[in-house]
Amino acid sequence: MATLSLRKFLIVASACLFLTACATQKRSTGKMQGDVYTGSDTVEFLATGVKDRVFFATNKSTLTTASRDTLRKQAAYMRKQKKLKFTIEGHADERGTREYNLALGERRANAVKDYLMTYGISGSRLNVISYGKERPVNSGSSPLAWSQNRRSVTVKAQ
Amino acid sequence: MKKILLAIFCFFILNKPSIALVEVDITRGNLDPLPIAVSPLYVDPGSVAIKQNEEIIENIGEEISKVIEVNFKRSGLFNPLSKESFVQKPDIAHIKPRFEDWKLIKAQALVTGKVTVTDDKLRAEFRLWDVVAAKEMIALAFSTTPENWRRVAHIISDKIYKRLTGEDGYFDTRIIYVSETGPKTQRYKKLAIMDQDGANVKYLTLGNELVLTPRFSPKNQLVTYLSYFRNLPRVYLLDIETGVQEVVGDFPGMTFAPRFSPDGKKIIMSFAKDGNSDIYTMNMETRVVERITDHTSIDTSPSYSPDGKFICFNSDRSGLQQIYVMRNDGSNVKRITFGKGLYGTPVWSPRGDLIAFTKVHKGRFYIGVMRPDGSGERLLTENYYQEAPSWSPNGRVLIFYRETKTDSKGEGFSAKLWSIDLTGYNERLIETETDGSDPSWSSLLSK
Repeated sequence: MATLSLRKFLIVASACLFLTACATQKRSTGKMQGDVYTGSDTVEFLATGVKDRVFFATNKSTLTTASRDTLRKQAAYMRKQKKLKFTIEGHADERGTREYNLALGERRANAVKDYLMTYGISGSRLNVISYGKERPVNSGSSPLAWSQNRRSVTVKAQ
Repeated sequence: MKKILLAIFCFFILNKPSIALVEVDITRGNLDPLPIAVSPLYVDPGSVAIKQNEEIIENIGEEISKVIEVNFKRSGLFNPLSKESFVQKPDIAHIKPRFEDWKLIKAQALVTGKVTVTDDKLRAEFRLWDVVAAKEMIALAFSTTPENWRRVAHIISDKIYKRLTGEDGYFDTRIIYVSETGPKTQRYKKLAIMDQDGANVKYLTLGNELVLTPRFSPKNQLVTYLSYFRNLPRVYLLDIETGVQEVVGDFPGMTFAPRFSPDGKKIIMSFAKDGNSDIYTMNMETRVVERITDHTSIDTSPSYSPDGKFICFNSDRSGLQQIYVMRNDGSNVKRITFGKGLYGTPVWSPRGDLIAFTKVHKGRFYIGVMRPDGSGERLLTENYYQEAPSWSPNGRVLIFYRETKTDSKGEGFSAKLWSIDLTGYNERLIETETDGSDPSWSSLLSK
């Protein structure tokens, strides 16, 4: 029951988000602003309130305001969990050539790493790996699916 | 790995130059393929049967002729005629064809042959006849081990192709590619190798780690590729004969997009550090590493010109992915693509006169070719997603891979190998046991 009501809440919440987004942003759908994903499908959590991933625009590695907010929370979490190391996975969507996407994923993961380091996290705790377009989370062939796949995911290193 | 060494002693049964009336115009593609009759090779009565994969091959002469026919048909330049219409028996046709009979079924060229199989040896001879001029054009014989019979068929195909087109063939070659299975979100990838016609598939890795972008060395014995072994994406070298693998260089980060230099001595690749990818080479003999590009942009997908003097690559230094050409020491960098859209995966033709590439424009993917100065752009094929062209050794055909768009549920994904002629005609699916991507064409195995 608990999960059901949570799901209901999410549906309502995302519907609200959709409506407000439509009202304010011309180019955004409910879950995208420009072509950056802003929804919460596929997102997992490192800890309560700490999202594990940030999303990027096509061919870009710039961090959005929302991304920087997420990463500051990740940095705060990392400062508390001093013994943990992390891997930052960089990913690209399926709309680029494989080799360029490998480089792009690496660039995205490093953008995240750099930002975390400016918040005091030692680079030695942050490992970077690019998967290019090899590991999509959404197997769709739509702008929404691509936006979910253009991401960097922070995971606890084994 | 099966021995690919083939003992060929080829001698001319008849060595008088003949004036050919039959010619194949290869510049026009498959508009008017040459009607050719490939008679089953006559099997010497003393021959022993060939056993392959627990199966006995009933008529090796017919099987060889079928492999030749498939090669010809797929080339788009020939139209192999139905064997049912053949009047003359293979043994008699091989000695002296009755040209009127072959003219009647509209054959312009005729292939006949004879094969003799002993326990450890297969000897095949063939003759190519100009039906119109009623003359023999070429006659050759080859010997090899019986299990190599398909290679004999490919070598014969190459000799005929060369005699009729004036250019080297590409049938006695192999393709290395990435075999793919599993759902789109979690693909299992293995290195696979096969003959150019899809036969003799072998898997070279187990699928435990992600592998990408295998490329042959010029002598076909080595393959360089990207492996995620132990979650460290690095360029590797694999010896196909021995199965020995080694990491290329000692880089403190991801290396990717490898290719051999034309002399086979160097591997050129990208090395990504702190979000910036540049191009490096490593000499495999001296282990000397050289940095070729030094730019804050992404520089990747390098490919040498056949003389080794130039390198083409793609870079987003202008803001978006475009193709550049530079000298092999990294000097004189020039952008060559200025058309609308993105350009990537440049690969220099073995003849040196063209660069094949992938172009992305308005959400569609194209395989195209242009001259090394960027002029004469010609797009050969357009689709939802396709990339990574690789040249046939004679520079006539490109092989690449194509991925399908998934449906609204995210299902229906596939990745397949395709080929297309330089002319833009003759686009063909290359059948593989599993899905496939990142194909790389070998050079001719026998020259």
